[in-house]
Amino acid sequence: MFGFVLVLALVGFAVGTLIGNGVTGTIIALVISGVMAVTSYWKSDKIALAVSRAVPADSNEYRRLHNLVEGLCIAGGIPKPQVYIIHDDAPNAFATGRNPKNAAIAITTGLLNQMNRVELEGVVAHELSHIKNYDILVSTLAVTLVGSIALITDMTLRMMWWNGGRVSRSGDRNDRGNPLAIVGFVLLLVSPIIARIMQAAVSRRRETLADVSAVRMTRYPPGLISALEKLQADNTETHSASMATAHMWIEQPLSGVKDAGRLGMWHKLFNTHPPLSERIALLREI
Amino acid sequence: MSTTLVVVLVVVFLALVVGATYNSLIRRRNEVDNAWSQIDVQLKRRLDLIPNLVETVKGYAAHEKTALEAVVAARNSGISAQANPHAQAAADNAISGALRQLFALSESYPDLKANQGFVSLQEELSNTESRIAYARQFYGDAVSAFNTAIQKFPTVLLAGMFGFSARDFFEAEDAARVVPEVKF
Repeated sequence: MFGFVLVLALVGFAVGTLIGNGVTGTIIALVISGVMAVTSYWKSDKIALAVSRAVPADSNEYRRLHNLVEGLCIAGGIPKPQVYIIHDDAPNAFATGRNPKNAAIAITTGLLNQMNRVELEGVVAHELSHIKNYDILVSTLAVTLVGSIALITDMTLRMMWWNGGRVSRSGDRNDRGNPLAIVGFVLLLVSPIIARIMQAAVSRRRETLADVSAVRMTRYPPGLISALEKLQADNTETHSASMATAHMWIEQPLSGVKDAGRLGMWHKLFNTHPPLSERIALLREI
Repeated sequence: MSTTLVVVLVVVFLALVVGATYNSLIRRRNEVDNAWSQIDVQLKRRLDLIPNLVETVKGYAAHEKTALEAVVAARNSGISAQANPHAQAAADNAISGALRQLFALSESYPDLKANQGFVSLQEELSNTESRIAYARQFYGDAVSAFNTAIQKFPTVLLAGMFGFSARDFFEAEDAARVVPEVKF
């Protein structure tokens, strides 16, 4: 998180050296992305559920699932979130919602069919831990900062383009030959990528935290370990996911970034989840 | 004049810190109380399910007097022990043991086992047992967090002043540590 603020500060600095008046641009960018972030955060549960075509889980048909969720909520000391079902064969699950009182979890029918009771317990505990640790808030902050950085750099680059390589018409006296301008320019090009890499890193840390919180809730590491091993063996792609919601699922839903043990270094930087083998190894040590 | 300002700022700062610490201790203590009442809620739910169970079993296996009477007696001891934690723990063991016996017995009555009411009661009871376990786990976590908070430095200096004292963990009775025996 500190890294994000640092990058944002560097970007602001870069903009400041290029434009005489970088402060207004920064403020506008922050306000716009702030409004977008608050809206998406407030409505995050509805949006995520609609995008994934989730339906509420009927309490008679899914009695066991509801009982499982209720029991774990008692263990975790959080109110029970709404439970949704996604009709998809790929085993996966996600949690969403701005705070424990306004939260929801969604499970695919594929997961319900493939996992036994202790494994399902591990997965549900993982999702409930996301809610308990306010991970939606954390990732919204991350997305906001990425958005601000992208907006600021985009705006600045456009202004430079329109002014034929110079950013400020009245700044000719000082800008010519300013070596910092080149540094600023490079930073502008590179910072959105750096920001995305950091967002992925934050997401990976929160995933690990959710794994560990989950076994604290269930007091039974083999349950979640077994579930992750089953996920590792399964290769079905989740169709209800999109890039925007990728970070919330328990496993990478998109085949492009799937962990096959042979991920290139580049892909590793952008993974929203740590590789399954790492997660399993970590849990085994507990 | 600036010395006075500094002193005022320090005092205000300290007051804020003390206030924040006090509030966090209050929050943790209330969580402990809430967790304790959660256990009670689940225990009561189990007590409420037992009469239905006894009636259902009587319909098929009325002559199993010992087992049925044991369950009823255990339930009564559970109701009367609601105030006292020690008696409650003893009653809890009695109830678990009696229920286990009853369910083991039901294995030899296929009509009873097929009864929908019996099956759903069995599942409800098993579900309630899980919840009691989760509630006790949460109580333990809450007590641990509270005790740690009041014993850490520097909060320990304030805790005594405000009257926060450590809470007891829920102890498993020695009887509960013995592996249960099921007699057919």
